[in-house]
Amino acid sequence: MIPFVRHRGIVVPLDRSNIDTDVIIPKQYLKSVKRTGFGPNLFDSWRYLAPGDLESDHSRRPRNPDFVLNQSRYQGASVLVTGANFGCGSSREHAVWAFLDAGFRAVIAPSFADIFDTNSAKNGLLTVRLPEDAVRTLVEEIEQTEGYRLDIDLPEQTVAADSGATWSFDIDPQRKHCLVEGLDDIALTLHHSDRIREFEAARRAHAPWLFDRFGSP
Amino acid sequence: MSGRTLYDKLWDEHAVQTAEDGTTLLYIDCQLVHEVTSPQAFEGLRLAGRSPWRPDSIVAVADHNVPTEPDLEEIPDAVSRHQVEVLDANCAEYGLLEFPMGDPRQGIVHVIGPEQGITLPGMTVVCGDSHTSTHGALATLAFGIGTSQVEHVLATQCLPVRKPANMLVRLEGHTAPGVGAKDLALALIGSIGAAGGTGCAIEFAGQAVEGMSMEARMTLCNMAIEAGARSGLVAVDDVTLEYVRGRTYAPEGAVWEEAERRWRELRSDDDAVFEHAVVLQAGELAPQVTWGTSPEMVVPVDTAVPRPDEAEDSVRADDMKAALNYMGLEGGETVTDLELDRIFIGSCTNARIEDLREAAAVVRGRHCADNIRQALVVPGSGRVKAQAESEGLDRIFTEAGFEWREPGCSMCLAMNADRLEPGERCAATSNRNFEGRQGEGGRTHLVSPAMAAAAACAGHFVDVRKYLA
Ligand code: SF4
Repeated sequence: MIPFVRHRGIVVPLDRSNIDTDVIIPKQYLKSVKRTGFGPNLFDSWRYLAPGDLESDHSRRPRNPDFVLNQSRYQGASVLVTGANFGCGSSREHAVWAFLDAGFRAVIAPSFADIFDTNSAKNGLLTVRLPEDAVRTLVEEIEQTEGYRLDIDLPEQTVAADSGATWSFDIDPQRKHCLVEGLDDIALTLHHSDRIREFEAARRAHAPWLFDRFGSP
Repeated sequence: MSGRTLYDKLWDEHAVQTAEDGTTLLYIDCQLVHEVTSPQAFEGLRLAGRSPWRPDSIVAVADHNVPTEPDLEEIPDAVSRHQVEVLDANCAEYGLLEFPMGDPRQGIVHVIGPEQGITLPGMTVVCGDSHTSTHGALATLAFGIGTSQVEHVLATQCLPVRKPANMLVRLEGHTAPGVGAKDLALALIGSIGAAGGTGCAIEFAGQAVEGMSMEARMTLCNMAIEAGARSGLVAVDDVTLEYVRGRTYAPEGAVWEEAERRWRELRSDDDAVFEHAVVLQAGELAPQVTWGTSPEMVVPVDTAVPRPDEAEDSVRADDMKAALNYMGLEGGETVTDLELDRIFIGSCTNARIEDLREAAAVVRGRHCADNIRQALVVPGSGRVKAQAESEGLDRIFTEAGFEWREPGCSMCLAMNADRLEPGERCAATSNRNFEGRQGEGGRTHLVSPAMAAAAACAGHFVDVRKYLA
């Protein structure tokens, strides 16, 4: 996983609540068996004027000039500010991979859907919860100021604007630790292999009907 | 010490260890795998030089990409075919049980789990799919995970997780004929919002739930994720045990006796504490129809689509305007005036045998209206399809102008060839009305199987209670 410590970047606003994973990356791209290459398909149906699929040359597809990600002032953006319940819907991690592939490092919203939130943490995309009114202020400031940037400091748990305004945010300490260190949490779990085996043996004795059930010989 | 909820009990039984900061290493009894969210997990496993911890705990099935047209030898779309072939290859490499395309047991992962007795009470079940909440109907701790977590469970049989809060949803009273679990689920989401259950596991209880069949309970738990809750749950009772008994992978004989004894304890203690509680009166509910692009945008069929000027605040009004605009509505339309182009009866929410019976009961003796371009019935599994055919339901549907298809996810998410054209309006028994969900530009209204069937016959929404009266 890519570690997240501090980040400064251009911010793009997407002022809607309940933005779902089908909108973040539509289903036709889920047919890929890779983790990469989804960047051009982030918000695909809002970004382009005609549908595309895995085999399209996205650089040639007509873009929707009204969509924020296509506006010149937001080119190179790496932070998204958006509405509540962001990332609701399916478990597709492709949504997070698309953000990272498109150069994003953080999403700021009043709240996130659980699975999207977990998927983000596993990949080094930081989700920052700020209160509704802070998000509102941010959206207004971003719209008024071309080239608006934010400094995000994970160890300090702060978001700072050039104007001097700062907001602090909460994050699960374990998640913070993994993000800052860029830890592979499978390796962390495997440190407890002996404990897992012990638990498993006890479980086998306690509920034998849950073992040796499937699998081809 | 106060009592424990059903969720607490399931959690405690699977906690390998809990760190000081509250992170629990949760043991996973079974992982279900499908073709869309697993290839990158197997790839990650291989790259790290790891292999599945317990291959005997995994069942795989291809469902999202599979075509549903009858008599196809292989998947015409090369990209979809490749994804399914990758699943087949991964299963072969690691010796995993797979129900491949064409196998009579194949079907939507959340339909086949309970149906085959793969899902049992008291287990932990995960799947790289948000509707894994469905399995909670069997008092199973089940939740959807992302691909990184799929890989984590493959490699370690465990997941490091934080315990969600407990939410109790009591459904009091009994629904009227023509009103069912789907309507209850939609009404609940309408009332608590699409994020109302975020961070929670929802236990469904109350008279209406006690009186429900297992399949109806599955519909309810399936929709828990649309309220933001990763898990839905129902306590074990005789209905649960009768459902599980005799299924292919369920225990038998003395082992069954022991399992049953333990499963009977899978209910919340009387003095258990829930952090959140909601009560809904089932008896007062009308059939529900969604009008927007989030399942929380829902109204009773005998009312009108809301107007943005009725919204609580400007943020909501803007969301409503965007949704109405996408749906080709202005607000204020009478729901029963909405004309439809296509009908979809299927998905892990509503493609089990009872759903098909419910729809067929409405369709019997009627015919699809002329303005309906296509009405699809897609059984949830090969087994559901065979059962429906043995009852003659397929004939009722086809004689009425419906298409009778092979099992799969189909037009629920339109990864295969079944999809809406831009601007088309569809009554769907699935679970998501998101923009583009059923095809780019398609407009989805979520309803129950009975409501979808009635809409097919009328060409527009109707209050199915009138059809049944
Ligand atoms: S039927 Fe729809 S919601 Fe259910 S698993 Fe398939 S795609 Fe997902």
